[in-house]
Amino acid sequence: MRHIVIIGNGISGVTAARHLRKQSDFKITIISGETEHFFSRTALMYVFMGHMRYENIKPYEDEFWEKNRIDLIFGWVEKVDASASELKLADGSIVKYDELIIATGSVPNKFGWKGQDLIGVQGLYSWQDLELLEENVKRTERAVIVGGGLIGVELAEMLKTRNIEVTFLVREGRFWGGILPKEEGQLISDHIQSNGVNIEFNTELEEVIDDGKGQVKAIKTKDGRIIQCELLGLTVGVHPNVSFLKDSEIKINKGVLVDHFLRTNISNVYAIGDCAEFYRHPTDRKNIEQVWYTGKMMGETVAQTISGNETAYQPGVWFNSAKFFEIEYQTYGWVWNKPKENETVFCWQQKGKDRMVKLVFDKNTNALLGINTFGIRLRHEVCNAWIENRTSIDTVIQNFGGANFDPEFFAPFEQELLDQYNQQFNKNLVLKMKKSGRIANLLSKILNS
Amino acid sequence: MKIIQRIGLFLFAIGFIAFIGSLFISSYTLTQETIINNAQSKAQATILTEVLAEVVNHNYTSKWAFVSAINNEIETLNTAYRENQEWDKVIYNQKELLFYFTKNSTVGPIKSKGTLWFLLTFGVGILGAVLTNLFSYIGHAGIKNNGIFFSKWKSRGWIGMILGGFLILFYILLYWFPMYIAEWALMLDPLSKSLSGNPASQWFLYGFLYTVAIITMGIRFIKKYRHNKYQVVRTISVMFFQTSFAFIIPDILARLNLPAYDLKNIFPLDYTLFFEWRLDEYLANGFIGYFMLFWSISLFLIGVPLITYFYGKRWYCSWVCGCGGLAETAGDEFRHLSDKSLKAWRLERFTIHTVLVFAIFMTVAVIYAYITGDNHFLGMDTYKIREWYGFAIGSVFAGVVGTGFYPILGNRAWCRFGCPLAAYLGLVQRFKSRFRITTNGGQCISCGNCSTYCEMGIDVKWYAQRGQNIVRSSCVGCGICSAVCPRGVLKLENGAEEGRFNDESIFTFGNDGVRLRDDL
Repeated sequence: MRHIVIIGNGISGVTAARHLRKQSDFKITIISGETEHFFSRTALMYVFMGHMRYENIKPYEDEFWEKNRIDLIFGWVEKVDASASELKLADGSIVKYDELIIATGSVPNKFGWKGQDLIGVQGLYSWQDLELLEENVKRTERAVIVGGGLIGVELAEMLKTRNIEVTFLVREGRFWGGILPKEEGQLISDHIQSNGVNIEFNTELEEVIDDGKGQVKAIKTKDGRIIQCELLGLTVGVHPNVSFLKDSEIKINKGVLVDHFLRTNISNVYAIGDCAEFYRHPTDRKNIEQVWYTGKMMGETVAQTISGNETAYQPGVWFNSAKFFEIEYQTYGWVWNKPKENETVFCWQQKGKDRMVKLVFDKNTNALLGINTFGIRLRHEVCNAWIENRTSIDTVIQNFGGANFDPEFFAPFEQELLDQYNQQFNKNLVLKMKKSGRIANLLSKILNS
Repeated sequence: MKIIQRIGLFLFAIGFIAFIGSLFISSYTLTQETIINNAQSKAQATILTEVLAEVVNHNYTSKWAFVSAINNEIETLNTAYRENQEWDKVIYNQKELLFYFTKNSTVGPIKSKGTLWFLLTFGVGILGAVLTNLFSYIGHAGIKNNGIFFSKWKSRGWIGMILGGFLILFYILLYWFPMYIAEWALMLDPLSKSLSGNPASQWFLYGFLYTVAIITMGIRFIKKYRHNKYQVVRTISVMFFQTSFAFIIPDILARLNLPAYDLKNIFPLDYTLFFEWRLDEYLANGFIGYFMLFWSISLFLIGVPLITYFYGKRWYCSWVCGCGGLAETAGDEFRHLSDKSLKAWRLERFTIHTVLVFAIFMTVAVIYAYITGDNHFLGMDTYKIREWYGFAIGSVFAGVVGTGFYPILGNRAWCRFGCPLAAYLGLVQRFKSRFRITTNGGQCISCGNCSTYCEMGIDVKWYAQRGQNIVRSSCVGCGICSAVCPRGVLKLENGAEEGRFNDESIFTFGNDGVRLRDDL
């Protein structure tokens, strides 16, 4: 029986294992030193905040693995010997494979700052990071977070639940400036500040200051300011966790280099998820994708190929989501932080509310290119179809209710959106589709009047 | 804000202490008048006056001694009747007599300064609860689950255990030893008389406490989920149905000498509907009586399947029902304690359908007995069947376990494992309904919030992470899974039956490589 070994029990590796089991009768083994069972990395913050316990963030019950004949090895892989098709584990044991899938994820970035390895300086990625954070917050009254991205906000939210004073250093002039356009960045920045987090924009870390006992006591910014803190959260991105492959025959750059079939330079070795780096991405995306959803898709794809249905990785319309404190964010297609030359941007924001819709469309063809929403939920299938079919912006605006995924009784906004669009672009469009649910709509009209 | 909340909590504590204390500060003197007023018949009054001669006009400082003195006499009497096979003389209303004797024999401040004590206990307690709840969950509107799993009362810590113990004790006293909490009913006499014209029974006491719990904790729930209109509307609905249909309307019906029942209570949750005393009562009350019976039967036969077809069982379980109302308000802080394992799901399907079968079997037996006049059905005494059902299901399961175990099993243990109406609604919802929880394409991140906060123990994320809609018989449509989802993945919807179970695609939505292959 062919033996498929997967290094890493995150979403990518586990998805690959599940789909291999669906498709085949192979012997499947997952190796991880992080935790014995698969947990949802995106839910780590909820464990810290007391919304859930470790057992709640495990997507499958512990019996699942045996029932589906997926063997689990709880240990770290130290070396891959590709020519012998075997792995050496930290405990000295050897695991032989016929096919290997590398799904080892990422590690937080550190950019060589002075003092970056002091006690109290940490990233947030793994289960071990969370355990470390629990230790570190015991002596923390003030924390500094460097890096205005998703993990940074999550860490800020987490620390606020323990009444820790948080200062957030953001390199750009607004939050998540590399990704979000101005209005969105402003909305989120305001919201974060309203939750009691101090944000220092246009500020970068210079060095970490030692308290003399090997612990962080303050940080110094590039403009020379000193900020006292007992905890420094480094959330300046992540990079592929591939250092254990350095001496192997598997080719790596930043990540494990793979072709469109997620195959490495060695024909029976594959890499998926955060740790994979395409020679050239099959679409217009970056060569390394560090997102839950793409990890899942790569897992599904590689399982097809290994079980005989040679399948290239071909993600469709881009989508992603996040939550910043209380504001939910969804995105479909591409909304660049600075619009491209052929793009027109339409932005609707509800007065006094943290609700926003941004639509980007092609100047010439009027085709919808991208959607950002804040405080509003949209239907993935509908948005996907609009963008895939290059639906015209007029049609999208008139039928926006069809994409509304907000819970029942939530105030509809389609008319307001359309009115503003009509005004801004001198049009006379009429609303064609409202949010579904007749009685709910009627009631919400009464409630929200 | 925080200070007002603290003051509220302090007032609630005072009210609660006074409430408990009120059971221990009276003495008890039984008078002949009390015996005559509460006995079922003249004959019963005469014999009771005779055997209780030594108790009458004697002041007892201990309630225990008072109750056991009366109880002993009645027991002796009943033993003698049973030995002589004088069945018609046996005092069957012993528990009720003890309750009313105790209540009406109370001497002391509870009796003489009833209003003051009502205000000090219920009044101060309710005021405190409302204040503290109104000023809870301050800050931004949004999900308020911080620290739930660290909490000593919400997550099976010692406070939770004490609370559970207290609730269990309360139910035991209420169902089997109401004479020990008679003072609470005594304080409610003026209110009861103003509504129904009758003095407060233990059931009036229970109804009052139940309604107060739903309203005060409903306020808390609304405050907690104020950003979510579905939650707000739904909670106002359960508060309304409890206050009107379950509490006030039956009392008004009683005042009008009409059958005093909760018109939103549906068979088989309302398991006594076809008992002969109820049928007789309906049939003795002319048009209105007939109408009420017709209404109850229609709700069961037509209302449930029809409305559940359009909206799912949520229309009842989380919008109308009293058990559901209490679970959603007073029980909200315990919703995460429900067991999500496959084992629990298996157990649930077994127990809830067993209770449904039991309820139907009992009802068939009761109707058979009513029509034929023969109290034996398939060799079983129908009174024994009723007694067993009433004890095991009606009292122990629905009351003691259902509510008493909130801090241990979560807030929907009865609804999930025991309620025969929920089983019936669930069958309709599973097989013939437009309701489902839609999963939003590929957006799920398997975080587990939905499953954790599902009070019915549904492993919601198991479906969501596969991109599959959730169609489960047990789902009461509370909408909390959708509320706590950080990525906008879940939506409660009524829609075309076609495509309701979208379990064909096993790939993440948006994965075109495999999607295209899958379509081939």
